[in-house]
Amino acid sequence: MSSAPATVAPLRRAPELRRLVRRHGWTIGVYLLLFALILYWRSQTTLPWGPFDVQSLAIDALPLAFAACGQAIVVISGGIDLSIGSMMSLVNVVSARLMVDAGFEHALLISVLLVLAAALVGALTGLTIVVTKVADIIVTLAMLFVLGGAALWVLTIPGGGVPAHYASLITVDTVGTKWLPAAVLVLLGAVVLLWATVRRLRPGLALYAVGSKRSAAYLAGVNVPAARIAAYAYSGAFAALGGLALSAASGLGDPHSGDIYTLNSVAAVVLGGVSLLGGVGGLIGPIAAAFVLTLVKTILIIKGVDQNWAQVIQGTLIVLVVMIGGLAIRQKGKSGG
Amino acid sequence: MTAVPESARRRDLRRALVDNPAVVLTLVFVGLFVVTDIVNRAQSGQAFLTPKQVSTTFLYAAVLGLLSAGQTLVMLTGGVDLSVATTATASAFFVSRYGTEGSAKAIVIALGVGLAIGVVNGIGVGIFRVNALIMTLGISVITLGILTVEAQKQFTSLVPNDVVTLGSGRFLTYVPYDLLVWAPVSALIILGLRYSGLGRVIYAVGDNPVAARLAGVRVWQVLLVVYGLSGLLSAAAGILLVGFNNAADLGIASPFLLPSVAAVVIGGTSIFGGLGGYAGTILGALILTVLDSLLTILNASQAVRQILYGLIILALAAIYARATAQSD
Repeated sequence: MSSAPATVAPLRRAPELRRLVRRHGWTIGVYLLLFALILYWRSQTTLPWGPFDVQSLAIDALPLAFAACGQAIVVISGGIDLSIGSMMSLVNVVSARLMVDAGFEHALLISVLLVLAAALVGALTGLTIVVTKVADIIVTLAMLFVLGGAALWVLTIPGGGVPAHYASLITVDTVGTKWLPAAVLVLLGAVVLLWATVRRLRPGLALYAVGSKRSAAYLAGVNVPAARIAAYAYSGAFAALGGLALSAASGLGDPHSGDIYTLNSVAAVVLGGVSLLGGVGGLIGPIAAAFVLTLVKTILIIKGVDQNWAQVIQGTLIVLVVMIGGLAIRQKGKSGG
Repeated sequence: MTAVPESARRRDLRRALVDNPAVVLTLVFVGLFVVTDIVNRAQSGQAFLTPKQVSTTFLYAAVLGLLSAGQTLVMLTGGVDLSVATTATASAFFVSRYGTEGSAKAIVIALGVGLAIGVVNGIGVGIFRVNALIMTLGISVITLGILTVEAQKQFTSLVPNDVVTLGSGRFLTYVPYDLLVWAPVSALIILGLRYSGLGRVIYAVGDNPVAARLAGVRVWQVLLVVYGLSGLLSAAAGILLVGFNNAADLGIASPFLLPSVAAVVIGGTSIFGGLGGYAGTILGALILTVLDSLLTILNASQAVRQILYGLIILALAAIYARATAQSD
């Protein structure tokens, strides 16, 4: 909303607002849903609402929020990344192995290197897709298993660890304020940085062009292979941040910790208003959707539903979301053609 | 000038691979068996190329063969079924759950569960047009969740003797009983794909769903049947598997998921649908079973296997993509 240029005359404000609502109606709806869920969640306890609640929500939702951002970028560019879950597991176990005896600064350095390495692996996946001309889904499915195998190779059973101060990045007693975990700031920072480049600069716009119609983008002079490879590199980097969030939250490395995030990230992206056909959507919606999906499960568990049933119900909701998304695409296809 | 015959020869090789995958794959199977024999002799001084081991290979391969049978049908329509392993797990679980009430009842319940899971997949993919991968992955997560809840309840688990015999026994010294399930199913699928109306329509839908629809095919009905069959075949695989293991746990079939896709891809069925068949998949399943024995002899971990299978799928998908692009 702050992105509206200051030069707009006051008279044009009203249509501007209406346009904003029309264009971002779905995203606004997701935020309203999130708000309603938070209110309901709060109404379930009589305790005053404190930093601990922010912390528990952040611990649960942040890995998915990061995964959803990575998935959203790939889906916007017209692909799909099924390897996100395994990438998160791999970064999780590698970081837990490397950080187990490391100091805090050392751990931060490892984190940065892991994010860069993951971006490189992502770019490699993108390169494979572009060069071999094999469908995104098959290449990333194969990568799902290759990276998952690599994670198992690094740690067969849960183990490793992170420095205590590193773990507190995702809890609340950091960066001056008691309310905002540093990991949320990392998420906001990454999104703002990325959003600025994606929405305002040529390489970012290329993602939308490529996702919307590849041949048209090519004819308009967009470097299509570069844009697609870049999308997978971003996805790798975000998956790495998600994996690091898992490490900080659990203090452990688990080779299966990321398994559920492949499916859940797709669901968050669909619920967040990104079309699986590509070219439409943003990062703000999927982030809210990630919190919605997490809160649904949290609320179910508060209501006394068995942990496994909560998983089943969440899974069912996800499938329903994707089904409705599929139906929407079908309707759009009918009216369009 | 010398480059021309060279590339022509390479194209001939590719054509041979695409047109007659069965011949090439049989050679690979036999070759791999011989390699395993040599490695085993070097490692433990024992031969691997014995009638007993050939029989064991077929015994092991039946589970993978049935799982990848459903996978073949689904992939011929241009989809993929990532729920085959959890469906087999569900089937194995229900066989042991109802084993005390007689093998017939247990088997019928297990097959029913498999069919139900498949039909739900078919509804999602066929009617709601959900991406097959996402739909089947979601159903797989849900199934596993329900099984976890069910497994916590109190019950006597028992795998009926008939099922154990079917899954692990042999007659005439060398013939595994599970071939009595796998062989007729294979014949039915191969002949059905080639000669029945449904078989032809499966290829049509996979080749070009829009053209198939315009030609009067009810695509959603075909998809519903195909995913239903995949669920049923996965359930049959689960029954053989629980018979072989003589006990069910919730991870019983998960190591088979990736090989089920790999077997189909090795067998030359196109990931984009419309091209391939079950005969290649059978050879793919046999090759992977021998490869698995080889990896076991070499003491390879689950991690190495997973990486290797992923790379095999990737490499073969790339090779077939190039081969089919060149032969157009």
